[in-house]
Amino acid sequence: MSVKVKTKPFGEIEIQDKQIVEFPEGILGFEYIKKFIIMDSSEKSPFKWLQAFDEPDLAFVIIRPADFMIEYELVVAQGDLEAVGCASADDLLVFAIVTIPDNPSDMTANLQGPIIINPVTHIGRQAISLSDRYRVRHRILDEVKRATEGRG
Amino acid sequence: MLVLARKVNESIMIGDDVELIVIDIKGDQVKLGIKAPKKVTVHRKEIYDEIQQENIAAVSSEFKPEALRELSDFFEREKKERDGNDTKGRKA
Repeated sequence: MSVKVKTKPFGEIEIQDKQIVEFPEGILGFEYIKKFIIMDSSEKSPFKWLQAFDEPDLAFVIIRPADFMIEYELVVAQGDLEAVGCASADDLLVFAIVTIPDNPSDMTANLQGPIIINPVTHIGRQAISLSDRYRVRHRILDEVKRATEGRG
Repeated sequence: MLVLARKVNESIMIGDDVELIVIDIKGDQVKLGIKAPKKVTVHRKEIYDEIQQENIAAVSSEFKPEALRELSDFFEREKKERDGNDTKGRKA
């Protein structure tokens, strides 16, 4: 079934209701928002939108950690995996919320609170990383640089 | 808020399956042990606060949604440029 949804980047669009991801506990600071949709920003872009379903003005820019860093590893508590109905981290979609300051090249990704989504149950959650390698602000372009240096 | 006084090696139960044990006290620092089922997540409160603040910063950004395409192009260029330099470096 298709539903109409008002979005921050694209205005009103029509989506399939199976594109809706339930966040039973919302996102930290936005606990009242229980439904989100994920939208591509443009073709081939690594950036996507995590749009609140009932709040047109509330949309996060997100990116898959693997798109800008090498050797990213999701390390979260068993409780976080169970909350989305998943036994293994390998079966999840993982995103990091991107903060874009006035100078966009200083953009950072939040790897301390990764967004995990079970693509089967369509349940999502902001987990908390248990790895001491990951913080709330990783400079994305520095990570890209490190990734290529690491490969050389 | 419930306030309880405990000594080292004493503990409290939260519900039936979460136990909080005072392991050690040194000056103004208390070392706590937590026994809880795997499904119970335990984190320092500061981590929650930091993530929450970052979430709010992310949506408070003045960044215009229309500019994301440009930023994507910029990101890809940076990535390619690094890759390019990388290849040159290896050839030399």
